[in-house]
Amino acid sequence: MINYISYRILQLIPLLIAISIIVFVIIQLPPGDFLTNYIAQLKNAGNDVSESMILNLKMQYGLDKSMYMQYIIWIKNILLHGDFGRSFQYNQPVADVIGPKLTLTLVISVISLIFVWAVAIPIGIYSATHQYSPLDYVFTFIGFIGLAMPGFLIALILIYFVFTQTGVAITGLFSPEFADAPWSMAKVMNMLPRLVIPVIVIGMSGTASLIRVTRGMLLDELSKQYVITARAKGVAENKLLFKYPVRMAINPLISTIGWTLPALISGEAIVAIVLNLQTTGPMLLKALMTQDMYLCGSFLLILSVMTVLGTLLSDILLALVDPRIRFGGVAE
Amino acid sequence: MGRQEEVILEMKDVKVHFHLDEGVLKAVDGVDLRIKRGKTLGIVGESGCGKSVTSQALLRIVPKPGEVQGKILLYRGGKDGTDEPVDLVKLDPRGKQIRDIRGGEIAMIFQEPMKAFSPIHTIGNQIIEAILLHTTDDKEEAYRLGVNILQKVGMSNPEQRMGEYPHQLSGGMRQRAMIAMALSCNPSILIADEPTTALDVTVQAQVLQLINDLKEKSDTAVIFITHDLGVIAEMSDDVAVMYLGKVVEYTDVDTLFHAPKHPYTKALLNSIPSVSMEKKRLESIEGTVPFPMNLPQGCGFYSRCKHAVDGVCNAADVPLVEVAAGHHVRCLMVESERTEQEVEA
Repeated sequence: MINYISYRILQLIPLLIAISIIVFVIIQLPPGDFLTNYIAQLKNAGNDVSESMILNLKMQYGLDKSMYMQYIIWIKNILLHGDFGRSFQYNQPVADVIGPKLTLTLVISVISLIFVWAVAIPIGIYSATHQYSPLDYVFTFIGFIGLAMPGFLIALILIYFVFTQTGVAITGLFSPEFADAPWSMAKVMNMLPRLVIPVIVIGMSGTASLIRVTRGMLLDELSKQYVITARAKGVAENKLLFKYPVRMAINPLISTIGWTLPALISGEAIVAIVLNLQTTGPMLLKALMTQDMYLCGSFLLILSVMTVLGTLLSDILLALVDPRIRFGGVAE
Repeated sequence: MGRQEEVILEMKDVKVHFHLDEGVLKAVDGVDLRIKRGKTLGIVGESGCGKSVTSQALLRIVPKPGEVQGKILLYRGGKDGTDEPVDLVKLDPRGKQIRDIRGGEIAMIFQEPMKAFSPIHTIGNQIIEAILLHTTDDKEEAYRLGVNILQKVGMSNPEQRMGEYPHQLSGGMRQRAMIAMALSCNPSILIADEPTTALDVTVQAQVLQLINDLKEKSDTAVIFITHDLGVIAEMSDDVAVMYLGKVVEYTDVDTLFHAPKHPYTKALLNSIPSVSMEKKRLESIEGTVPFPMNLPQGCGFYSRCKHAVDGVCNAADVPLVEVAAGHHVRCLMVESERTEQEVEA
């Protein structure tokens, strides 16, 4: 098992290097850079921009160096100092820009994730064991709506409905008086009820698809021979259900953890914009649009690392729950 | 057949019907069988004749939407406090009583040992589970019993095997483990549903030998389901030949092989390849088993039978008739033959 894990971790190193290079190249690919935008803005504002000033700015942001030098400096600072570079747009270190929003994002995402799993898995199990029952049809119907309707649309409808009925605008995570206040117990208590809507909206499509996946996987497993064997031994139905087929049906869910981690950070940017949530999604979108190079580079890098770590995590979890993987893995 | 034999399970007019959207599928349609202590009843027939569903009906594990009717009387010999037989058909298929019987009183070995074990639990875990359900509450004793039974079925290193997963064992080993699991709670009836079909021939012989040995040692009744008449000859005391959910011939094994009466049984026996038959085309039964839904009246074998007579065989359902002591046949032609002989005599 330890062999298996260390083998997997070793494999990650070249992968991460490759990813960081690709990320860096991709953010450089669009024509122009942040300065082109900035200078255009200055000119639009009627300011005179001289050649020397442009040169100065270039030196200040390190844009005069060649691409690979920029990459090496960037990576060196990340690895040695944990310094992700400076955001042009905010004129602050990237870490300071992302940091506070990251916490909030993680809170919302983790709660949504728990919400999704806690709601979807029991419903999926019920739907599979009571296939074609009236409730199964109801869940299927709701599930398809959740899958088919984009999250931001649900968000818009909810905001409109709540506003016209009660006159309360439910956007944002805090009441105005708390918006800029430092963190306190009162602020947290103010946030909690306002979390409900984003969590439901963000979790909606995940819940819907997870219900379908759980139901489908479990239906597959329920008719397998080993379930009948266990039943023929005299195992009670409920105990049997959770010991055998549910355990097996969980495997594919575990392998999706790898994709869930990055979605925690970037996910639902549009929903966050509609609901005016101060999460990282809208910030990433804006950084990409203004070509704020180090900010979006760092974002993309964090997302990639999350994906890779998530995949590693699901591989390890899978090996833990499934002996066939545990014993086959190292030999490959 | 004259000596006293203890019947421990009796099936009376057992029917298993599946109510589907397209109609009623009669997988098992009126089966009467008697299982005797320490004896093997072979059930033989082509694919789709209802052999497996019959055995599932005994354990009440018929898949949905199957419905079991009739009577399945299990004589538990005072184990549950009364001498009265339990009618398994009346029990709730999810209830406590039937769960006690499953695995404890009637155990089952399945066709494909590769699929019959859960791949993510150890062999030991799955055997001990059965023992804890029926024999003892003590985990250590259950472990000891598990090792014991693995040893009995001829597993090498039983203690090591307890900690291994199914995919670490070969097919034959897995079937041994399966038999061990089935026998771990000393059932009085063992159902073997084509236990050797998925194994190669040498392993087949070992597994059959093993089942026979264990049967003799523990006086277990065995219901042996197969489509292989050779295996039936080796294993069975009594044989029931099934066709389209019905028993068409039911007798002891010698009579079946030496004096079969039903045209279907004869055709089956003729279709066994033989070393001594040289350069002869192997006989086969024309056509296939009809789909058991919306069947016309009359004998189920009518469409494929060489001796079928229009207006007689397809007029009404054919009853199972005792043509000699302990020899039951479901065929009008055999019956008329017999009455003619009686008249002549």
